[in-house]
Amino acid sequence: MSKQHITCTINGDATEFLVEPGITLLDALRDELGLTGAKEGCGSGDCGACSVMMDGRLICSCLALGVEAEGRRIETIEGMAVNGELHPLQQKFLEHAALQCGFCTPGLLVAAKALLETNPSPTETETRYWLAGNLCRCTGYDKIIRAVMDAAAELRQERSAA
Amino acid sequence: MNVTVTPPKLAVVGTRPIRPDGVDKVTGRANYGADYKVAGMLHGKILRSPHAHARIVSIDTKRAEALKGVKAVITGKDFPLLGDMELPMGEAAMNVGHISENCIARDKALYQGHAIAAVAATTVAIAEEALELIDVVYEVLPHVLDVEAAMAPDAPLLHEKMLTKGVTPPAEKPSNVAMFMRLARGDAAKAIDASDVIVEGRYDTAAVHQGYIEPHACVCTYGADGQVVVWSSSQGQFMVRSLTSVIAGIDQADIKAIPAEIGGGFGGKTLVYLEPLATILSKKSGRAVKMVMSRDEVFRASGPTSSSVMTVRAGATKDGKFTGFELDLRFAAGAYPGSPVFAALMAGLAHYELTDFAIDAYDVVTNTPKVAAYRAPGAPISTFAVESAIDDLAIKLGMDPIALRVKNGVKDGSLATYGVTFSDIGFHETLESIRNHEHYSAPLGPNQGRGVAAGYWFNAGGESSANIAINEDGTATVVSGCPDIGGSRASMAIMAAEVLGLPIEKVRCTVADTTAIAYSGLTGGSRVTVSTGAAVVKAANDIVEQLKGRAAITWDVPVDQVEWSNGAAICLSGDQKGEKLSLADLAYRFGRTGGPVANQASVNLHGIGPGFAVHLCDVEVDPETGGVTVLRYTAAQDVGRAIHASYVEGQMQGGAAQGIGWALNEEYIFDTDGKMENPGFLDYRMPVASDLPMIDTIMIEVPCRNTPFGAKGVGEVPIVPPLAAVANAVRAAIGKRPHSLPLSPPRLHALMANGH
Repeated sequence: MSKQHITCTINGDATEFLVEPGITLLDALRDELGLTGAKEGCGSGDCGACSVMMDGRLICSCLALGVEAEGRRIETIEGMAVNGELHPLQQKFLEHAALQCGFCTPGLLVAAKALLETNPSPTETETRYWLAGNLCRCTGYDKIIRAVMDAAAELRQERSAA
Repeated sequence: MNVTVTPPKLAVVGTRPIRPDGVDKVTGRANYGADYKVAGMLHGKILRSPHAHARIVSIDTKRAEALKGVKAVITGKDFPLLGDMELPMGEAAMNVGHISENCIARDKALYQGHAIAAVAATTVAIAEEALELIDVVYEVLPHVLDVEAAMAPDAPLLHEKMLTKGVTPPAEKPSNVAMFMRLARGDAAKAIDASDVIVEGRYDTAAVHQGYIEPHACVCTYGADGQVVVWSSSQGQFMVRSLTSVIAGIDQADIKAIPAEIGGGFGGKTLVYLEPLATILSKKSGRAVKMVMSRDEVFRASGPTSSSVMTVRAGATKDGKFTGFELDLRFAAGAYPGSPVFAALMAGLAHYELTDFAIDAYDVVTNTPKVAAYRAPGAPISTFAVESAIDDLAIKLGMDPIALRVKNGVKDGSLATYGVTFSDIGFHETLESIRNHEHYSAPLGPNQGRGVAAGYWFNAGGESSANIAINEDGTATVVSGCPDIGGSRASMAIMAAEVLGLPIEKVRCTVADTTAIAYSGLTGGSRVTVSTGAAVVKAANDIVEQLKGRAAITWDVPVDQVEWSNGAAICLSGDQKGEKLSLADLAYRFGRTGGPVANQASVNLHGIGPGFAVHLCDVEVDPETGGVTVLRYTAAQDVGRAIHASYVEGQMQGGAAQGIGWALNEEYIFDTDGKMENPGFLDYRMPVASDLPMIDTIMIEVPCRNTPFGAKGVGEVPIVPPLAAVANAVRAAIGKRPHSLPLSPPRLHALMANGH
């Protein structure tokens, strides 16, 4: 099957790539563009390790096709740190030891960032339900939830100071 | 709230620095098994048996080979026959013959999902298309899926010539029981019969998967000179090398095994599935071959742990002294012998003082995937039965469940059921920490219950290697031979920094391939912090001696006149008395004082401390649906000494969460044909964030005398108590004893309605 030419924005950069129509967005990002931060844990939208943002909406990139990126704005884990500076969520994940193997971490960070953009003051319960689509088998979620809540508090402080 | 009971403070050990590999993992830069790519590489896929049990009459690969883009097709015939060959793997042994036949079937398919043939092609789609062109003729055989069916008289046999080992007189008739073992002391039956209170019960547990989020993946290249490079995600690059060497018939010196970052293992990546196949596909095609399992394949073909059937009978005097225990354990091993039933036998009662006990254990093959290690293999299962029985004893005696365990718990000098005499153990401190915790007496509401359970795990020591080099600017590089699954680079760097007297930021740790460091055992058995840590400490101590020598040369004083303190040499006599040379000062002069300063240390660590854990769990049971909510959870554990406190807590929390999943939701469900019906994360329900509360931890630090800084392995024992802790909490909430895991809503609903 011949490849399609796709034009989109990835992490703020205009990007073009070629992809077969049957290839998922996840595989296009990983295999065509070398963006391997998004991971495949299940391929069925159940684990969230492949989470990315498409036009500001949190999606499982294993459930989207590469061709669906046409004309869209895609954000991945690789774009979360800006100019070499970690996002507060990334920093808090490190400080709280909210990762062990780290495989689910990119997806969790992308999902957590989407949460804080929607709800800057999530309760613990809201955080747990928002992140219920991201499986972590190592941590028992305790330190992840703490890291997200702590990052939310810091972002609120930054905003009120600004 | 997390609590630590701590011995005196050290400079770096016990602090919570950011792990050296952390930034790579929060930015997506870390490379896991499936993230590797080699120019011109092919993609490998596996044809798997659709039958739970079948004789392979013939395999015709001609049509697949003819498909455009297909570069190689292999079957079991491409691999040497190894039979029952055992391969030393540290102090244990692995049956590499079985692992080889599990990688690719020879004359029989033993479970639905068993690999039959493999293809390498230019794309994944072509490889998948080619699988459908492989013509296999099967003679379908009757199958057995659980121990009871497998042990029935006239059950179909997986291995037609297998005679049960460990029975007297020796077995004459083949069966599905691979091995029997009995561990006994005194006269258990008589002691129980004479008891003031007696409890008994039959318990069973379902097969559960380790559930690592990263599927197995590798890239292998076989060069024209016969030299092989393997990139793969595993719990041990040396394990990958030795198993690939034997299974594919290649010298170890010709294999370079490069450890990828590993996306979880929990024991499930302590053996190989893909690497030998990718290597032989690469040999046949002359191209690099990448293989990545789908989640469906991970469930169907990689190691779950055993399903089980157990009976327990126990007695106690009216003041709560255990009189005797009888335990019968029957574990499903899957397609090949090797269930963790013997570890379950040794661990199940190890934390109690007993003079009269009898434990029987049966390792039983079944037409299900070959089991692999899963975190404290076997112990959570036998402990579920034992700690449920102890809960029943406490209820019958009207005694506090912690007080009952304190009365019978082992202490320094106690003889364990399996024969060792304990020293440096903190079981009583761990029990008391739970009894004294505010959680233990907090009020409960309607339909709520509280359960407590204890657990034991041996922990492993063994062979490990580490390199340390002092860089020209006085910073240090530590090299470990063990994959870092949960922060071990951080703990290695901490221990090196502590000995060298450097700030943690001046020490970096990396994990090397098999050509860059000497043999190291698996990342498993809770052994890396203590064993690889011991190698790090040994290397660091040697480096301190070398640095003192360099300072002595610089000052022209005898080396015994040099002291090492806080990362600097101090001159104790002569004209320069009181002068200091920092590590950076010394490193600057290496070229003039004898050259580079480095050390490689290898250890074979013995006398490591075992793990004890006590967990406390509150649940609420929905009386209408049988759904269980875990309301509160506190885990206490003797950790010896926490090297990186946050990652120790993380192990405790993660183990508890996995145990809660095992207790409440997770199970392999098979249809009558032996096909797994729930091979995905939607239907195989692991805990998600909204299923769990915060998991509070209490770290008890009773140091072990033989390990670096007194550390004990911490990774495994936290999964031992939760099955029973949750079940005991459910028992308290509904007033009926659960005997069957998981406690899924339909099962619990039936228990509440019918009492079973």
